[in-house]
Amino acid sequence: MTATREAQMTAAVTIRIQEADFDIAQEIAALTKGRTDIGAVVTFSGICRDSEGDEPIAALTLEHYPEMAEAEIARHVETAMSRWPLTGLTVVHRVGRITPGENIVLVLTASKHRQAAFQAAEFLMDYLKASAPFWKREEKPAGTSWVDAHDRDDAAAARWTKS
Amino acid sequence: MKVKYFAWVRERIGKAEETIEPPASVRTVDDLIAWLARRGETYAHAFETPRVIRAAIDHAHVKPDATIAGAREIAFFPPMTGG
Repeated sequence: MTATREAQMTAAVTIRIQEADFDIAQEIAALTKGRTDIGAVVTFSGICRDSEGDEPIAALTLEHYPEMAEAEIARHVETAMSRWPLTGLTVVHRVGRITPGENIVLVLTASKHRQAAFQAAEFLMDYLKASAPFWKREEKPAGTSWVDAHDRDDAAAARWTKS
Repeated sequence: MKVKYFAWVRERIGKAEETIEPPASVRTVDDLIAWLARRGETYAHAFETPRVIRAAIDHAHVKPDATIAGAREIAFFPPMTGG
């Protein structure tokens, strides 16, 4: 318990929503700079694909609800910190127009050991998908359309409430 | 209270936000959706399938039966597709 509290107190948390691309190596360096207590960093990056099923995608445009997106991400970051002994956490989510091959989202979780970092990263991504107020619109040959939400994303988030 | 709309809800209504004064009989999020849907064709289109509409009060997700009393900002949007 004490160890968990100490870990939380020294955890570096970064949450950013931005139009600009991010550099994954730079974000990891910023998270681990000057730290010798971090034994594991898990990186998840979501990247824009060039197709959905058989249809090519020229670009995605991400809309968001700024005040709520930050609040919602912060709530889930707080939950992750209380649930796993994390020593650092970074969430960067892009908005605006993003073309195939470009980054969309980044989650970095740092911990003494890998298990907490893996689990927290997966937990955060599941909740980002299911409950952070972002919406994707795809540019396809036939025109633009809003991406439909998947039930599997809700199910992925729900499994964390069972254990 | 201020109401905000996002993604296709915003597009169908044709505006991103507005200030509304619903009557006292409108007590829950569900009531408000029904009341808004009667404001015109664009609203009726946006809210034609109420069960797919998600709502937030003051930047936190709420269920359809949540009371709107005291809310400063209510937002309506489709299921989220970020990440």
